[in-house]
Amino acid sequence: MRTDRRRAAILLAALALLLVVAAASVSVGAQAIPPAEIWHAFTAYAGTEEHVIVRGIRVPRTVLGICVGAALGTAGTLVQTLTRNPLAEPGILGVTGGAGFAIIVGAAFGLAGSPAGQLGLAFVGAVLASVAVYAVGSTSPLRLVLTGVALSAVLAGISLGVRLMLPDAFDRYRFWSVGALAGHEQQPLTLALATIGVALACSVVITRPLNAMVLGDDVAQALGGNVTRTRLGVLVLVTLLAGAATAAAGPIAFLGLMVPHLARRLAGGSIPWLMAYTMVLGPILLLVSDIVARVLLPTGEVPVAVVTAFVGAPVLIWVVRRRGAVRS
Amino acid sequence: MTGHVVLRAGAYSIRVARRPVAAALALVAAALVVGFVALCFGASWSHPMEVLAALAGRGDSVVVIRDWRLPRVAAALVFGAALGLAGAIFQNLTRNALGSPDVIGLDAGSYTGALVAITVLSSTPAQLAVSSAAGGLAAAAAVYFLSLRSGLSGMRLIVIGIAVNAMLTAVNSWIVLRAELEVAMAATGWSAGSLNGVDWAELALPFGVVGALALLLVALAPGMHQTGLGDDLAVASGVRLNPLRLLLVLAGVGCTATVTAVAGPIVFIALAAPQIGRLLAGTAGVALLPAALTGGVLLLTADLLAQVVFAPVALPVGVVTTVIGGGYLIWLLVRRAGRA
Repeated sequence: MRTDRRRAAILLAALALLLVVAAASVSVGAQAIPPAEIWHAFTAYAGTEEHVIVRGIRVPRTVLGICVGAALGTAGTLVQTLTRNPLAEPGILGVTGGAGFAIIVGAAFGLAGSPAGQLGLAFVGAVLASVAVYAVGSTSPLRLVLTGVALSAVLAGISLGVRLMLPDAFDRYRFWSVGALAGHEQQPLTLALATIGVALACSVVITRPLNAMVLGDDVAQALGGNVTRTRLGVLVLVTLLAGAATAAAGPIAFLGLMVPHLARRLAGGSIPWLMAYTMVLGPILLLVSDIVARVLLPTGEVPVAVVTAFVGAPVLIWVVRRRGAVRS
Repeated sequence: MTGHVVLRAGAYSIRVARRPVAAALALVAAALVVGFVALCFGASWSHPMEVLAALAGRGDSVVVIRDWRLPRVAAALVFGAALGLAGAIFQNLTRNALGSPDVIGLDAGSYTGALVAITVLSSTPAQLAVSSAAGGLAAAAAVYFLSLRSGLSGMRLIVIGIAVNAMLTAVNSWIVLRAELEVAMAATGWSAGSLNGVDWAELALPFGVVGALALLLVALAPGMHQTGLGDDLAVASGVRLNPLRLLLVLAGVGCTATVTAVAGPIVFIALAAPQIGRLLAGTAGVALLPAALTGGVLLLTADLLAQVVFAPVALPVGVVTTVIGGGYLIWLLVRRAGRA
């Protein structure tokens, strides 16, 4: 299997790249810390200010970026593969918008105080938004995008109104509401990250039945798969992944669109390899975007969602322009 | 012909459909009523008689009514009309109810231009106007060239426009964050689109521009409606398509950019007004006058709602138009899905 060996080599290279990017993510920041000090923060922790910054802020932020990137990328790959729609993506389809909206509204009623509350709200919002968007836009891929964008706009407008009305209640959501990895380091994220971990493991399990479905529902059924169960499972996983990622980092769009298209170029037609590449490329892209977001401003930083939108929107144009890629 | 009246003046006569005229009169009446209510409402409620007296130049609240509230009402009407016109133009050009300047990124482009004028240049009114018009034109050109291959009508252009819009919005928020604090405060004040604190001095130039563009559109309208029958028929009946299209795009971008330069990106009026106007007037295509009148009434109502609903917090009017217009867009898609 020469191609498999090549794919494995690419995957190893991607993993190495992820390591490099993660190291860069730990090293780059407002406070210049020499590499030796960063190394010592892990090997010989002495509790100095630099060590606290590295272990207390930069490492959690990097871990968060890896998990959220993997979650959003995998959600994009799953939903694109299931719907055979190259434009599908939790951000564009309004799933993350719905999750974010639910958290904002819940917070106005004082429900979003605990991590569990936030996560629950995010799931409810994600489910409702995806059901609504799919009900309206399922007749064509382009219509689905339009519906998702329209719903996201409405929800974002209402969220902004709520936040302006109750400024005090939303001070702590200021960064979260635009999609950022910053400012989450201190929050208890264990629950959201654990959810992402479990959902990612389930995504690996569901790859095989999903692979059968790519050939068509009939073939999948003939091969002994339960098409309805697979479809439902994928939808649940997408909602879990997008909801948990949004609960942890706020609404981040376009990442789930970019990652599958990049991963598909490397993986060819194989769904298992596609999934593997997705889970490595998602974190790489999000961490790189996050590093860029940190250095774009002389002081402070740009929300990472701004960077992913700027990099990801051209991918949307590219997919739409490809002849025959999208039926209208 | 029951639906039409013929007006005669000597050798000239014009045949007018009744329903559009009735719709136009009703919209003007609505604008007057809502405008009057908006004059009464403010930080404190003024009695209608007091407002009338102030308009006539008498009483204690002349400054409040004539110098503070009247400019805002006038701005809402004129800018709403300008946005409605811009929407009607682009919906005609793309032959698509979704092809309005705010959906395909022209507002965001104008805003980028305005932000550059504010943060990099010295933000004189002329620079602001030129820069935001240039931004809008650049966005229009980008969407046009990116969708050339797949045709200008259809959903593809809209989705490409949405992507361009997303990129420009990202750039805009970066510029706002990058700008120094006080400049950023001024810019974020209208990053959602707001009519807060407009006064007569800054409205003179925009009103002049919108008026000039409206006159230009009166001249272009017959040709534009002719193209609604199809390019071949329009050419056969003597329309010069390319100059007409270029002028229409310039006028549409001009309207959008003028409003954006003063009030920030107020989205979804341009999307909703032409279609609502078409339903009210019962015209076959998207006509300009109902679109303009509907736009004025919509923006005025939205601005009033923005001040009233969550009082004492005054929302930026863009938030209200986003919610209303986005809801309208979803309804449009639901209806189309049912028909398709």
